Order: sequence, then C-alpha cells, then structure tokens
Amino acid sequence: MNLLGKLTLDAVPLHEPIIMGTVGCVGAVILAVLAWVTVKGYVPYIWREWITSVDHKRIGVMYLALALIMLVRGFADGIMMRSQQAIAAGGAQGYLPPEHFDQIFSAHGVIMIFFVAMPLVIGLMNFAVPLQLGVRDVAFPTMNSISFWLTASGVLLTNVSLAVGEFAKTGWFAYPPLSELQFSPGVGVDYYLWSLQISGIGTLLSGVNFVTTILKLRAPGMGYMRMPVFCWTALASNLLIVAAFPVLTALFAMLLLDRYLGFHFFTVDAGGNAMMYVNLFWVWGHPEVYILVLPAFGVFSEVAATFSGKSLFGYRSMVLATMAICVLSYTVWLHHFFTMGASASVNAFFGITSMIIGVPTGVKVFNWLFTMYGGRVRFTVPVLWMIAFMVSFVFGGLTGVLLALPPVDWQVHNTVFLVAHFHHVIIPGVLFGCMAGYNYWFPKAFGFKLDEYWGKASFWCWFIGFHLAFMPLYVTGLMGMPRRMQHTDVLSWQPWLLVAELGAVIILAGIICQVVQLVVSIRRREQLRDTTGDPWDGRTLEWATASPPPAWNFAAQPRVGELDAFWAKKQRVLAKQDLLGRQHKYEPIEVPKNSPVGFVTAFFAVITGFALIWHIWWIVCVGLLGTAATLLAFMFRVEDEVEISAEQVGRFDRAHPVEVSL
Amino acid sequence: MNVAVEMEDVRRSELVNISEAGPAPKRIVAGFGFWIFLLSDIVMFSALFASYAVLAKATAGGPTGAQLFNLRTAAMETAFLLLSSYSCGLMSLAINSRHHLGVFFGAVVTFLLGAAFLNLELREFSDMIATGAAPQRSAFLSAFFTLVGCHGLHVAIGLAWLVLMMVQLSIRGFAGVVVRRLLCFSLFWHALDIIWVLIFTIVYLMGVLP
Amino acid sequence: MRYGSLTALLVLAATLGGCDGVLDPKGPIALAERQILFNATGIMLAIVIPVVIATLGVAYWFRASNERARYRPDFVYSGRIELLVWAIPLMTVLLTGTVAWIGSYDLDPPKPIASSTKPIKVQAVSLDWKWLFIYPEQGIASVNYLMVPAGTPVSLELTSSGVMNSFFVPQLAGQIYTMAGMVTRLNLRADHSGTYRGMSANFSGEGFADMYFKVDAVAPNAFAQWVAATRNVGPVLDAQSYTALVKPSKAVAPFTYRSIASGLFAGILNAASQPVAGLCVPYPTSMRAER
Repeated sequence: MNLLGKLTLDAVPLHEPIIMGTVGCVGAVILAVLAWVTVKGYVPYIWREWITSVDHKRIGVMYLALALIMLVRGFADGIMMRSQQAIAAGGAQGYLPPEHFDQIFSAHGVIMIFFVAMPLVIGLMNFAVPLQLGVRDVAFPTMNSISFWLTASGVLLTNVSLAVGEFAKTGWFAYPPLSELQFSPGVGVDYYLWSLQISGIGTLLSGVNFVTTILKLRAPGMGYMRMPVFCWTALASNLLIVAAFPVLTALFAMLLLDRYLGFHFFTVDAGGNAMMYVNLFWVWGHPEVYILVLPAFGVFSEVAATFSGKSLFGYRSMVLATMAICVLSYTVWLHHFFTMGASASVNAFFGITSMIIGVPTGVKVFNWLFTMYGGRVRFTVPVLWMIAFMVSFVFGGLTGVLLALPPVDWQVHNTVFLVAHFHHVIIPGVLFGCMAGYNYWFPKAFGFKLDEYWGKASFWCWFIGFHLAFMPLYVTGLMGMPRRMQHTDVLSWQPWLLVAELGAVIILAGIICQVVQLVVSIRRREQLRDTTGDPWDGRTLEWATASPPPAWNFAAQPRVGELDAFWAKKQRVLAKQDLLGRQHKYEPIEVPKNSPVGFVTAFFAVITGFALIWHIWWIVCVGLLGTAATLLAFMFRVEDEVEISAEQVGRFDRAHPVEVSL
Repeated sequence: MNVAVEMEDVRRSELVNISEAGPAPKRIVAGFGFWIFLLSDIVMFSALFASYAVLAKATAGGPTGAQLFNLRTAAMETAFLLLSSYSCGLMSLAINSRHHLGVFFGAVVTFLLGAAFLNLELREFSDMIATGAAPQRSAFLSAFFTLVGCHGLHVAIGLAWLVLMMVQLSIRGFAGVVVRRLLCFSLFWHALDIIWVLIFTIVYLMGVLP
Repeated sequence: MRYGSLTALLVLAATLGGCDGVLDPKGPIALAERQILFNATGIMLAIVIPVVIATLGVAYWFRASNERARYRPDFVYSGRIELLVWAIPLMTVLLTGTVAWIGSYDLDPPKPIASSTKPIKVQAVSLDWKWLFIYPEQGIASVNYLMVPAGTPVSLELTSSGVMNSFFVPQLAGQIYTMAGMVTRLNLRADHSGTYRGMSANFSGEGFADMYFKVDAVAPNAFAQWVAATRNVGPVLDAQSYTALVKPSKAVAPFTYRSIASGLFAGILNAASQPVAGLCVPYPTSMRAER
C-alpha cells in the first residue's frame, strides 16, 4: 500500500514561476507573522482570546479578517484574468496557459462567493445580531466557533491546492460531464468538492444557530415588529441557508460518489443525467445570492436610518419585502439555464418569476430613498457606500431583468454581458454593503473609528474602478464574447478589455487605500477613540453598550418598549436632562466557556479533506477518528460556562459609562 | 402601533405575548435549534429523493426496482423501525418520570430494533451487489444506494449516539444537558422514521408496482 | 453620468457596425431578439433613471448642512407612497412579463421558421474542441465550418460527444446547449449573404477558446455548388474516422468530409444514451430536451 496515496513530489508545480513565486511570498509572510507572534509572546493571548473564543463578537471579527484576506487573493485572480485577456488578443497567447488560466477563473469564483462574500456577511451578522437583539450571545456559542473554523478549513484546503496539486478547471459551478473523472481526472475538482463540503457544514450550522437566536433569543419586549431590520434580513438569509445549503451538500456528495466510487449520477454513460446537476446546483445557487445580498440590504437600512437621523421609512413594508424575497428566491432557479432547452412555457414561467422578485427589491430602494427624504443626511463613509449602491445596483437590476427575458438571455447567456451583470449586482450590493457595515460597526468592535479620509479615497477608487472594469464587458458581451476565454481572436474587443484592465488597476488602488485606512486608523486610534459607545448617534441597541462591549455585552438585560428602542430612550433621557444612566444593582453573569473544539475539529477536517483528495486512506481514518474524539470530548465536558462576578461587571460598567442605558 | 412604554418596571410574568417574553429557556432553545437542523436534514433528503425520482427509470439495461426489491424485507425493516420509534417514545416517557431503569430498557429495545433494521438493510445491499446490481451498474442503482444508504448511515449514527447517551446518563444522571440531548435524540429518531416511510413508499412500493 | 451613457454606448456600438454581434442581426430570430432587448431596456430605463436622479437629489438636498431642508423625523410611513412604491415595480413587471411570455413562445428554439422554402437539416455535434456539422440530406459533413443558403431556414439538431457546450451564432439566433445522449433543436435563418461568427458559449476545457467557426451564408446555387464540390474531395466520415475525430484536438482548421455513413448521428447519441423514459420523470414532457 502506498503510504502517501496519489501524492508525489510532482504535485508541487515547481515549473510554474508565477505559482511558486506566490507560494514563496505567501509562505514567507505567514512564517514571518508566526515567528513575530511567537517571539513577542502573543501566542497564549491569541489562543485564549481568539482561537478558542466562543464570543460572537470575536468570531465575527475573525470571519471579517478571513474574508478581507481572501478578498486580496480573489482579486489577484481577477486582475490576472483581466491582464491575460487584455493582452491575449488576436492570436497572442498571453502569459497564462490554459491549464493555469482555467484554474484561476474557477478559483476566483469559488473564493469570492464562498470565502469572501459569505464570511463577510456571516461575520457582520455574527457581530451585530446578538447586540441588536439585546442578548449576550447566540443560541449555540461553541457551535458558532466550529462554524468559523470549518470555514477556515475550506479556505486552507483551497489555498493549499495552489502549492500542492491543482485546483478545479471547470468554472466555479463544476458542471458535469466536465467535472467527472473522465474529463477531469486530476485532483482539482476533488479540492473544490471537499473544501466546499467542509465549509458548507460550517455554514449550515451557522444558519441553524442564527435562526434559533433570532426567533428564540431577543430582549424582553422586543417582539418581531420591534426588531431592527438588519435582524430581519439576517433571519431571512439564515432561513435560506438552512433551506438551500443541504441541497449543495447532497449534490456534491453525489458528484463525489461518481468520482470516488464510480457511481453514475451525472456521467455520460449508464444513465447519468448532467441536467440534474445543473438544476440542483442552481436550486442552491439562486438562494445563495440572496443569502449574500439580504444582509447587505439590512446594513443599508441601518445606515440609512442612522445617518439620516430618522427611522427607516416603511418598516413593515421592508419586513414584508425581505420575507417575500426570501420565499421568491426559491422560484427562479431555471433562469440560470434558459439555454438548456426547456419548453417555452417553462422558460416563460421562470422568466416571469425572476422579474417578480425584482418588485420587493424595488420597494426597498424606494424605502431607502424616502428614509433620506426629510432627514438630515451626514455624508460619512458608510453613507457614500450606500448612495453608490443605490445608483449602481438599479442598473445591475436592469440588466437582470433583461437576462430574465428568455429571448434576450439566449443571446447573452455565458457571455461577458452576464459576467458584467452579476458583478454589477454583487459588487454594489454585497461588497459595498459589507464595506459600509465594516466602517459602521468598526468603532463598536475596536473602540475607535476608521479614518475618514482614506475611507473616502478607497470608496472613490472602488466606485470608479468597478465601473471601468465592468461596463466595457457589457459591450464586448453584446459583441459576442463568451466568458472564460483564455485568449480571444477578435481584435475589436481588445480596446474594451484594456479599459477593463485599467478599471481593475483602480480597484487595486482602492484595496490598497483600505489597507492604508486600517494602518492609519490603528496609528491614530487615540484621536479616533469612541468614548461613549455611540459614535454615530445610533438608533439600535448595539450602541447602548461600551465600545468594545464586554464579553457579556450588557451589564443588565435591556428591556425594550418600541422600535429603535435606544433612540427612543435617548430622546426621553435628553428631555429629562438625565445623562448618567441609572445605577444598576449588579448581578453575576454566566458566559459560555472558551473551547478549543472548533479549532481542533477544523484541524482534523483539514487533514481528512487533504487525505481524501490524495487518496491517503489511513490518514482519512486518523482524521475521522480525531474528529469523532474531539466531538466526544466536547460532549462529555462538564463545565460549559464561566461566571463573571458582580463586582467585575460593576467595575467594567463604571469604567465605561455610556450615554444612556436600557 | 409603536407606543413608547417604560418597560423597566414591568415584571416578566405580566407580558402576554410570547414574542416579547425575552430569551427563551435552554430547553426550548436546544429543542428548537435541533428542529431547524432536522429540517435542513430533510431538505438534504429531498434533494436525494429528487435525484432518485429523476433517475428511477435510468436502468441502463440493468436490473430494475421491480426485479430487485423484496417487499417482505422492506416490510420487516419498516416494522422494526416503527417499533423502535415506539420504544423510543416509551424511553421518553421514562425520562420524564426520571425512571432510570425504564430509560435503559427503552434504549436497549430501541437499539436492538434499530440494529435489526440495519442488519436487514446491509444484507439487502450485499445481496444486490453479489448479483451484479451494484451502484456502479446504472444511475438508478447509484441513486437507490445513495438515498437508502444515506438513511441507513443516519440510523447508524443514531445508534452510536444512543449508546453514548446511555453512558452519559449513567455518569451524570438526569442533568439538564443530558435530558436536552435525549430530547434531541428522540426527535432525530422519529424524523428518521418519517423519512423511512417516504422511502418505503416512493422507492419500494412505487418501484415494484407497475 | 456613467449610466445614461449605457444606452448611448449600445446605440454607438450598433451604429459602429463592426461589432458582429447581438446588435447587428442578420436573421429574423436575432432581429426579433434584439428588438426585445431594446424595448425592455427602454422600459426599465424609464424607471431606473428617475430613481437615480431622485436618489442623488434627495441625498444632496437633505444633507445635514442644508439649513433650508425641512427635518421631518416623523415621516416614516405614508399609505399613498407605499401604494405607489409597490405599484410601479408591479406594473413594470407586468409589462416585461408579457414581453417574456410572448417572446418565449414566438422565438422558441425548436419552433420552425415560417417560410416557403423547405428548411435544410443540419446535425451539429460538439467535440473536444471543435464542431462537427453533418448535412444528412446532402450526405456531407464539415468541421468548424458551416455553409448555409441565405434565405433558407436551417433546422439544427444538436448533441455533444461528451461535455456540455453551447452552439452560438449571435448574428443569427440565440444559443442552445449541446448535451451528450440528448438532442436539442434550434431553428435559424440568414437573410443576407455574409460571413458570421459562431462559437461555443459554454466552457468545455482546455481548447475552449479556439472552438469558433465561420458561418457562410451564400446564394442557394452557390450552396449547391459547394455541396457538389465537397462530394468529390476529402475523407469519408464513418465510425472509424469519427473515432479519430473524437480524440481531443485544439484550434482545428476547417475541413470537410465527402460522404457520411448512415445513422451516424443516431449512433453518436446512442453511444451515451439511455431509453427515453429514463429521463426527467418529475418534469412535464415539455421540459425535456428531446432524445
């Protein structure tokens, strides 16, 4: 028996200078950071306060950090694609051969959707939802930690594929028969499948966690119609996670069975049906994009209300629209393959449902507009992101309605017109929303604001760069340019592709500005310090506690009597000129105990995944046993909570007085 | 309407609306969370059912359901599983009365019936494979083995979980966390029963009848 | 503003004419599809542009530093606005939905094009990484090249030898997937003589970028001459030469076969196929790509 399965030294792509250069640099940076952390003695702190933390705030920050790092990798893939297409025109072959280019566009899609957008959105929900609900943590804090670390496992496996082996060359949806063993015999598709299965389990557990939290754990008095809109969108998003991710799990299990055990779900022979993969994939895939965009809409609702100094316009309507989008997202999936040959009535039906889902979205845009109307709008960085979203997203939605028309779709499906459309909705929608959320909640998480100047600089670079990068693709798409082309032979496309390349470079400047923003903010943190816990004159409960909040979030359980409870209380308090808040009688608080279960489970998950990819069966057994042992140890632990003494609670509360407490 | 009310002095027991009663107790939270997880599991099974339905006739010239399925065996499997759900219910009653011996007895009967189910199923699978009806033979067989096998895997995990719960019970007695986990186990076990009824109907009965 | 110029760009691209794409149709299907594109864009722009102007206007007027703007913190609900705000998107969707319904039926790919001329049949097979076009009635075949008589409808039956591809000639019609073991259908017609670009629009692997082909629409007698000339020269397409063709190759230069074995297309189908009943049980018959 071969001790290392299929793994040999040939798996390392030593002959590829770009890959080896990247691996070398990234490896060096990681080693340097690890060395610095060890030498400075930070390891116990990091282990105690971050790696084993089950605190939703810490986990939220880790999700965001993971996402922002992966944004750099995903963007690097993107700009490499743009550069290749800009130069490989009219017979030129460019600098990326097909084997490499095909992995890049597949990795770009997988990383951006699963390892940037999902962690961004889940991270923001992790951080803000329990605070907004006025509770101490999510329903299942240790499971929350497991969710995060399993996502990190998926990230690690995907990135390891750069150095050892290869990634999938099938595009990010990995349609069979191309993704079957017959046409993709390498390990690439296996890396894809196992990374996403492992992180998918984490995401599903997150969904269960948040649905339970939002429906069963809210402050007393906070009925459903007194919840912040961000919590409603988080609820809708997590309901979709619970209802959609299991489909992906089943689907990938089927493809894995085909590849590993010779089953025939999607093979060309013995009755396999590739169309079924397409259907099941998009039954997951369409709800997925709403999983991503709904919390972003929620962020915009919070930002609109807070920075206009007004309650959100049409609260009930927003809630109704959100839940309508949640349900309707299940009725549109076929619009991803109008060209697969369904009958006219089926195509027409799905075209119409795809347009109907634009109705509640349009309602939301109008509600944000009327929130600003009659308000006093402060043009902070989050508001800039929001306005940019409102003026861009509607055009992305316009092209979406065009694509919802089957006859038009037949002309532009799988061209770069489609690529431009979905970037036109995802970037202004999800990315701008998460950037707004990042700037908005940063002071709450770290106790100081982000630098405004560099925030605005990064915003303008992103806004201009995004448009320059993607508007030309509408043109070349209409000129007949398919997506995923390693080289093109039509010279008339090249000028447009060069403009797109320029756009990508400007986005790069935007990302650099964001890094600078973070560095400058840390340097200037005393000047940017938030001393009251309420830097923006906020409306919801997360601003009613210190920045950063203690592990227990609130010294005493807040009680709520209306929507925008914090704002309402502030008005009453200001009216009474009582600025110091009430003197609490402090009680001891139980908080969930830290646990290494998440990290250790993820460690074994990575080992098992890697071994499965390379067919190293004995390591698979070790990994599975290790996972089982970890879960057993967790199951049999006796103490799961730690008591914070009343005195400690009181000490913190007195040291961090807030304007108004509930 | 949103009416501002000073809530600080209102006692919790005076709140009428459950949605305004504040954070729910642990038992409710654990049970609800597990229900949501079960719903997600059912969605996963739906995807497997859907693929089975699509591929049910894709026999590629190989054996069909009508040729392979033994309704007698399937009926026995159904009986075992349904009875095990009954004994699981008895176990739940014993948990409520905090009756140690009753719980162990119920658990043992549930385990034996579940194991008998698995035994029959594994025999069925190995018989099919021995006659050449392996999952690699056709898409129909791939879908069959995956759907029914996935259910069987869940049953096996359930049995292992049951053993662990009995160990926990003997160490920690009827502690809150143990009772909550036993509640989750019984929800899981009953859900598996429901899924089996669907499998029996859609796969076996509909597969054999013309 | 960058957006208002989106339409200007479209018109510009169309008038430029050198675009060889969706905006320069040369057949009735593509023409109708472009019309729907323009109509729908116009309808949507009528909503979108005022919304964008209103957003920027409202944000600017109600900026915190503007003393003249009236601060109305209680303006959080208005029944009339709600009605308007739900009605506008609903009515738009009603309009575009009707367009979708009618268009999906009128331009349904398998729907034959009404014409006095008898359509010519072409059987298309996507291979790695080239296209095979079989003319069953003429008894010839070509690789990476399609010649059709202008003004005559072309009735295509398509399949794949393996992975999914998509047959796409933007100037003539919309695209249709090709899938192994299944037949999809497409009807198109070139109304003007000319050379048009065809391609695969679904990524199929290493040689995907070179999977394009020329479509020559010529006068009917020129077509007949080409058919006759093709019958005299070139290899024969039978099971053996097909097996050689199936082997992966990239950037294949166009060539023709002078005769074809009978039942070849059916044979290609059966190599990967299943009985009809094995497909799509829960979907209505209309949903299936035909066998």
